[in-house]
Amino acid sequence: MSEVLLSGTNLGKAFGSTPALDSADLSVRRGEIVAVMGPSGSGKSTLLHCLAGIVTPDTGVVLFEGRELSSMSDKARSALRRGEFGFVFQFGQLVPELSCVENVALPLRLGGAKRKAAEATAREWLARLQVEDIAAKRPSEVSGGQGQRVAVARALVTGPKVIFADEPTGALDSLSGEQVMRLLVGTAKETGAAVVLVTHEARVAAYSDREVVVRDGRTRHVELVP
Amino acid sequence: MSIGHALLGLLETGPRHGYDLKRVYDERFGQDRPLAYGQVYSTLSRLLRNGLVVESGIEAGGGPERKRYAITDAGVTDVGAWLVTPENPQIYLNSALYTKVVLALMSGRDAEVVLDTQRAAHLKAMRELTARKRDGDLADQLICDHALFHLEADLRWLELTAARLNELREQVAG
Repeated sequence: MSEVLLSGTNLGKAFGSTPALDSADLSVRRGEIVAVMGPSGSGKSTLLHCLAGIVTPDTGVVLFEGRELSSMSDKARSALRRGEFGFVFQFGQLVPELSCVENVALPLRLGGAKRKAAEATAREWLARLQVEDIAAKRPSEVSGGQGQRVAVARALVTGPKVIFADEPTGALDSLSGEQVMRLLVGTAKETGAAVVLVTHEARVAAYSDREVVVRDGRTRHVELVP
Repeated sequence: MSIGHALLGLLETGPRHGYDLKRVYDERFGQDRPLAYGQVYSTLSRLLRNGLVVESGIEAGGGPERKRYAITDAGVTDVGAWLVTPENPQIYLNSALYTKVVLALMSGRDAEVVLDTQRAAHLKAMRELTARKRDGDLADQLICDHALFHLEADLRWLELTAARLNELREQVAG
């Protein structure tokens, strides 16, 4: 069993008087694909945001490669999110003014890469995600499934160790969703990236190595007796 | 599923002998449940008796002689009617899962554990089907999808029941 890459222990979070997480635990090993399931409002997205350092939990600890996220400076946390983490959301993640290849190249450019080199790498990723033909188009000119593949390419372009995917197929039809999941999981496995996959759809969760259920802000882990 | 109609449907594409019918059936529809030879020949006998197929010759080969069967006009009409007759939607009003949840509540056990364990078992089966789809041809994918959607329906029921567990607990206690 490989080592734990990312862990959240005893995580609690409330938004005002509304509790979102209550003593939630989740650990992810290198290269592992973990589905976080649960009904709407159960706290699964808040759990993802805490693990990704987007939201600071009120209680508990998040460790990435042994480093505690809450003890890092904002700058260090941003650098971590840019370099080590990749993100795929359900909506609105691509910059509408940029072409698809520019969108994929963006994390590399923010990391200091020259435009030409960044776009060459971005094109390679678009080809891996089988959408190289839409490189010059803007997000508004492509289908939902194509847009999500561009988003997956952008999430993977920096060679992250963890991909955080929040309902990545939520806005897609069954066939497009399946194509996106196959490519997301296939490329993550090829590159060795772990995936934290938030979904309420069992067919999407079935692409994971294991699942964790969140209900009323608490995580439930079940190990089947073989 | 009606094996007789499936064999008739295959015969509509041209005459075949029993072994050939079994081979094509298993390739297309057999997946985990190939036809037994006995079933093929008993079905062909019945179709013959009912006038839906006729013997259309004998193939001589290295082994025993093999009768070839051809579909009749009555057979074509029969298979056509079967294709447009809807299958009965299967309604599971007597669910083992429901019984287990209620019995867990009645006996004071943790019904959430029942639901969680079942969910894990369902997802394990769904993972296996998803892996099979990845490596399979289009037929495999469509058949696995059918199973996946059914399992997903069970899981949706499990989630809904989990959300209604307190309500059900009160009702069972009352």
